[in-house]
Amino acid sequence: MEVSMTVNGSPRTDSVEPRLLLVHYLRDVAGLTGTNIGCDTSSCGACTVLVDGESVKSCTMLAAQADGAEVTTIEGLADGDRMHPMQEAFREHHGLQCGYCTPGMVLAAVSLLKEVPDPTEAQVREGLEGNLCRCTGYHNIVQAVLAAAKAPAGAGAGS
Amino acid sequence: MSILGNRVLRVEDPKFLTTGGVYGDDLPFEGAAWVTFVRSTAAHARIAELDTTAAASMPGVVAVCTGEDLDLAEIPAGAPVPDALARPALARGTVRFVGEMVAAVLTERREQGEDAAEAVFVDYEPLPAVVDPEEAVRGETLLFPGHGTNVALSIDGPADESIFADCEVIVTRRLVNQRLAPCPLEVRTAAASWADDGRLTLSASNQHPHGARDALCALYHLDPGQVRVVVPDVGGGFGAKIGLYPEELVLPWLARRAGRPVRWTESRSESMLSLGHGRGQCQQVKIGGRRDGTVLAYRLEVLQDAGAYPSIGAFLPFLTKLMTSGTYRIPRVEFSARAVVTNTNPIVAYRGAGRPEATAAIERAMDLFAAEIGVDPAEVRRRNLVPADEFPYTNGTGTVYDCGDYARALDLALEASGYQDLRSEQARRRAAGDRRLLGVGVSTYVEVTNSDGGGELAAVEVLPSGRAKVYTGTSPHGQGHATAWAMIASEQLGIPVEDIELVANDTDLVASGGGTMGSRSLQTGGLAVHEAAVDLVEQARKLAAEALEASPADVVLDKLAGRFHVAGTPSVSRSWRELATEAAATGGLRTERSSSPPGPTFPFGAHVAVVEVDAETGAVRLERMVAVDDAGTIVNPLLAEGQRHGGLAQGAAQALLEEFRYDPDGNPVTANLADYPMISATELPSFELVPMVTPTPRNALGAKGIGESGTIGSTPAVQSAVVDALAHLGVRHLDMPAAPERVWRALEEAADR
Repeated sequence: MEVSMTVNGSPRTDSVEPRLLLVHYLRDVAGLTGTNIGCDTSSCGACTVLVDGESVKSCTMLAAQADGAEVTTIEGLADGDRMHPMQEAFREHHGLQCGYCTPGMVLAAVSLLKEVPDPTEAQVREGLEGNLCRCTGYHNIVQAVLAAAKAPAGAGAGS
Repeated sequence: MSILGNRVLRVEDPKFLTTGGVYGDDLPFEGAAWVTFVRSTAAHARIAELDTTAAASMPGVVAVCTGEDLDLAEIPAGAPVPDALARPALARGTVRFVGEMVAAVLTERREQGEDAAEAVFVDYEPLPAVVDPEEAVRGETLLFPGHGTNVALSIDGPADESIFADCEVIVTRRLVNQRLAPCPLEVRTAAASWADDGRLTLSASNQHPHGARDALCALYHLDPGQVRVVVPDVGGGFGAKIGLYPEELVLPWLARRAGRPVRWTESRSESMLSLGHGRGQCQQVKIGGRRDGTVLAYRLEVLQDAGAYPSIGAFLPFLTKLMTSGTYRIPRVEFSARAVVTNTNPIVAYRGAGRPEATAAIERAMDLFAAEIGVDPAEVRRRNLVPADEFPYTNGTGTVYDCGDYARALDLALEASGYQDLRSEQARRRAAGDRRLLGVGVSTYVEVTNSDGGGELAAVEVLPSGRAKVYTGTSPHGQGHATAWAMIASEQLGIPVEDIELVANDTDLVASGGGTMGSRSLQTGGLAVHEAAVDLVEQARKLAAEALEASPADVVLDKLAGRFHVAGTPSVSRSWRELATEAAATGGLRTERSSSPPGPTFPFGAHVAVVEVDAETGAVRLERMVAVDDAGTIVNPLLAEGQRHGGLAQGAAQALLEEFRYDPDGNPVTANLADYPMISATELPSFELVPMVTPTPRNALGAKGIGESGTIGSTPAVQSAVVDALAHLGVRHLDMPAAPERVWRALEEAADR
């Protein structure tokens, strides 16, 4: 079947199997390997992307279901050479180590701030419950998201 | 001004944040066939029939191979584990754990492999399974009948009851240090190919590329020059990716068989079954002393679960032994251990690897002793700590600690936590019958880093562009070596961090290496970078002296400007770029060093955990985690704190939540991330880190390892906090994890008493 969607601002149309998951579409068809796969039970959130601005675990959705949608992956979050405030905050607060959960974590955090622009620490922790990280103990991720919420540009904005 | 000690942001980050890392599964590996393993569904069985005919004719199938096809030697654990317990890469005749590989299916496309693997027919004739190490040691069911016992190795120690003869109080207890799944977020992935000249290249998600190369050389009878191991970005290892597994070791054989490259990426559910597990010790502790709180004697007996085929896990008791008596001056200490095989996934190293087990045992023993004599657990610790003026200190099992001030660490942790106020609040809640039970746990720890005391290779090179390259035999996979090693080189060279590039994780580009494990990297690899950079400045100083027509002794390096000049006349100078350009014709500006630290180092600290237990439901909430971790001089506090945070989380996870479980028949019941409770952000507080720095005299950087401290100290602190919350009800011990059901049962039993 044919699916059309806008990925990181570029429209594309591809012929895919109906059973193809969005995450496999992004990685294998669109060649965007920034989106990672960390489990097979939709538990880890490594594959989180934005679909029409909202975070979605891309292993829980068929490519066909994203037909007509705007999809943003980690490769599309920055504005050219200028990192998104959430990306900046993760760097500034050492919110990543091995980097594997990072794309999903950053996009989940962007979506979280869009929903809750000025969250408490508890709200950040609850909001990121579906995104697992084994390196950071979450401490600096939480710090980064709280800092991004205070950033002048507004880290929930864009995308 | 020194760059060392500053919170320099990571040079690694922009890539990870904007395009994502390049992990093994992201690479194209043109022309590679996909490998899918058929895995045993039986814990212990004879393979009565294995039929690959139907699978071979499935769409896209290139080949199907079984253990009968394979002409590779079995993979031994190494002495002193007998070769009788060696593991075949693909099972032959018998399977010994759920997840063991019985066949490999090669297909054109990845998804075709899953379908074809299901078409492989295996008839398993069940054998009795043994899952519990305490049952395995009795030897009623043998995994390797030819070996005659399930014991893979023993560390014999004295069991002299007279060491407790003068003790007024003796406490004994069985403790379980449960089996864990390491859960790096990236699972294993690898690819193998043979070049026309017979050279083998393996790409693998691994912590020790040179070790991987050597393992391939041994198995395939190749010289090191005939093998290249390349490690792309690695999404976490935590010890579980130190060695190559049979899955990776068999890939070159499959590639040769297929006449083309092959690649493999496991699924998470596969990874839970077959990426090595961690911990898995059953411990007997016996502690004795006087009623005034002085501990006089301590014995630890370890039963190590090695899993079905002994691997690194079988050797963990050697590390446990080193740290048996922890931070305490105990006059008489005994240790003994056995490692046994069971019908479970092999145990490997997992963050701390043998040392968290030692710390958990002695720390729980101290709490049990404190409870028995009715003295505050922090006070009992203080009375027995090794005094600061007794270093270097030889502990009860003969390990020599370099330096420390354990009492100071304890004081700092107690002060930062407001320990006395916590005790007052606890008393208030107990008196009021508050449903929210407050528990406070204290641990002190010392651990060994770079335990084999080995060195590491580094080379530093300045290019005609003026930029520098640093080559290292460590294997960065998230720790931030590119930043830290650049800082160490920059400190000597005066070349900015952003102009220094790290080269690692490719055995063709770095001649040797010990990889990254056991908190060894900074004190070995970082030290080598420091030494090589010092040498390079000397080399450049001589060149500059020639150019400036001066004596080398008179030439100085202005590190801010990155220029050499004669002392007192900075106007005439030579830059790194000029010197490197001039030296290009004569071999360039490059030095190589192998560091040789005089031995391991011993980071230490103290942790205080505060939990709240719901008396109605048994739910535990970790409210606070205060950590003093002294790892000597800190190169980059940002990175060191990150290591501590991650360690604290993994340690707390063991105490609170995580356990890899099998049912009595050997069927895994926590075999994916929906069933295995990997800790998430909601189950943790923000951590309260207290700085403490006691530089080690054992290396020029003054640095010890920091990778595992958080894990080692936090597990017993959190566990003891849960027990403490229930202490007034008569509870003295709870095994880990402190899952609500276990805590609720303890509450119910206490109510019945």
